[in-house]
Amino acid sequence: MAERYELKQKEVWDGNMAASHALRQAQVDVVAAYPITPSTPIVQNYAQFLADGYVDGEFVMVESEHSAMSACVGASAAGGRVATATSSQGYALMVEVLYQASGMRLPIVMTVVNRALASPLNIHGDHGDLYLGRDAGWIHLIANNPQEAYDMTLCAFKIAENEKVRLPVTTNQDGFLVSHTAQVVEPLDDDTAYKFIGDYKAMNPMLDTKNPQTYGAQTEEEWHFEFKASQHKALMESPAVIDEVFAEFEKLTGRKYNRVETYKLDDADVALVVMGSAYETAMVAVDKAREEGIKAGLIMPRSFRPFPYNEIAEKLKNVKAVAALDRSAPMGAMGALYNEVSGALAANGQSSIMTNYIYGLGGRDTTAQHILEVIKETEKNAKAGKRVTDLQGFINLRGPKLSFN
Amino acid sequence: MAFNYDYYLRTEKMPTLWCWGCGDGIIMKAVIRAMAKLGWDKNDVCIVSGIGCSGRFSSYIDANTVHTTHGRTIAYATGIKLANPDKHVIVVAGDGDGLAIGGNHTIHGCRRNIDLNFILINNFIYGLTNSQVSPTTPKGAWSVTTQYGNIDPTFDPAELAIGAGATFVGRESVAEAQKLERLFVKGFEHKGFSFFDIHSNCHVNFGRKNKLAQAKQNMDWIEENLIAKNKWDKLSEEEKYELKKQGKFPRGILHHVEEPEYCEEYYKLIERVRGK
Repeated sequence: MAERYELKQKEVWDGNMAASHALRQAQVDVVAAYPITPSTPIVQNYAQFLADGYVDGEFVMVESEHSAMSACVGASAAGGRVATATSSQGYALMVEVLYQASGMRLPIVMTVVNRALASPLNIHGDHGDLYLGRDAGWIHLIANNPQEAYDMTLCAFKIAENEKVRLPVTTNQDGFLVSHTAQVVEPLDDDTAYKFIGDYKAMNPMLDTKNPQTYGAQTEEEWHFEFKASQHKALMESPAVIDEVFAEFEKLTGRKYNRVETYKLDDADVALVVMGSAYETAMVAVDKAREEGIKAGLIMPRSFRPFPYNEIAEKLKNVKAVAALDRSAPMGAMGALYNEVSGALAANGQSSIMTNYIYGLGGRDTTAQHILEVIKETEKNAKAGKRVTDLQGFINLRGPKLSFN
Repeated sequence: MAFNYDYYLRTEKMPTLWCWGCGDGIIMKAVIRAMAKLGWDKNDVCIVSGIGCSGRFSSYIDANTVHTTHGRTIAYATGIKLANPDKHVIVVAGDGDGLAIGGNHTIHGCRRNIDLNFILINNFIYGLTNSQVSPTTPKGAWSVTTQYGNIDPTFDPAELAIGAGATFVGRESVAEAQKLERLFVKGFEHKGFSFFDIHSNCHVNFGRKNKLAQAKQNMDWIEENLIAKNKWDKLSEEEKYELKKQGKFPRGILHHVEEPEYCEEYYKLIERVRGK
């Protein structure tokens, strides 16, 4: 039995340390990983916990991220609780196996420390990797700070392993801005955290010799569609479980999470949609805007997948103008948040004026002042009752102004 | 007069990002001197590097350079060489890059005997990400992911290269800059796949918990583990086996044969088929 780790009521952890303690408390059976900046410390800390006797598990350092996720799939199909972490290029290399994991309905938990995708090479944060895995059939949860990185990782196990869900889950945190920024985190003690997640219940494990299983069957045209539809159904129905888990977590900690987070949105004329660490920067900008008399608010999908369409539309019902901020190169389209939110509004017969801003690529600074300017521009649309600003703008981009209409 | 490296370097990128005392700089200078000795115009050279500390080669050398993805250097370089068979391609990768994530490409580069110069900067650790176990970490060595010592058997990349079909295979250490340069000259001249297993120090991230935390200590340890080829050849198979188990390796030109080169064969084929 693993030794208990004595935690203080308040610890000073960065996002990586927070995620690794959550893995430790979940008593993960197998972590298979390959190092990549900035997520390396998560699995390295886990290896340390294991070496020091704080976990009864296995750590295997494999030869690439493709092998890491493959080993995770093997371990999970064989009936273990499995987790790993990666970033950027590592995530890109895993993509083939991400689809395997979700198609086989394996409740693997992975922290993605979000980082830009090459080329050009860049180790700093943006959401290029998160968006790359958008359609991989995983649940994607967003953490904006180290406390949330810890909380979301604990919740991720409970959501993933729920019998109604049985899907892999990523918890996302911004590279360096969250992963390497130390803040106060209030952890649960080991017993409470473990009890919250519960013992791992294997479903159809491969190594049950009395009841042998096949994973990854070939289906072709007669069954593939039904498989994918049932996988999609599980994702579309997972919000009920996510809400349940968040409610239970609130009872335990007093920290309330929602699939859609908002800030000062109730009376807002102007709203920004933003995910990740910039959400907290935007809170400061909203406060400043309100001091200047602009009724601004924020909204964020805590679960990027499943995307909370109706909840977002409901919350934006009275908002006149919405700016969606995407931290990923949109490459020939509007950003993903713009598209999802526009779709959500249209589906509900709402017609807030929508604009899109691209920001923070490759770790480019986005300050409260930058976001305040976006709020002011968005207010112009709200006042005019129609779009008078550019459809797609770029925040803190050097060189001549770039915009698209 | 001292050799002037400036012509071959992007001096505006200096100082390098490498740690003080890192072997990468010694290797880079030896590569440059070898290029100069062979009279290679830097514009006829392409440097292909992957990810890791060794990846910086493509930033610093002022030739045609490509900084690629982790483990795929030889795949990129194969394309470059096939399209430009008259140009010189130098591929630089670390032990993690070239043997773990990109191990399969290394095999196929050797197997085809394509005229690439593949420099494996072998520092026995994932240095850039701070000390995780790599394919060449010696058995028993410490890393952050092998807290009680590595249980993987010690691995000999040169034997892999020979087995896979590389036609020039050499091994040297960063402690011997002149030998390094001479080895590169021989290998660069060779037509076919040249594989260099260059033992380099990472006193910062390999050395820190293996009692080799200073550059010189780490280099001394590397030197202790290398035995000159002519001495090695006089040993019996049993003696070699025992020394290999202790993590000792032969140094020098370990394998050198002439075999048809891939691009030449390829272009011959085109000629033959078109000539019909």
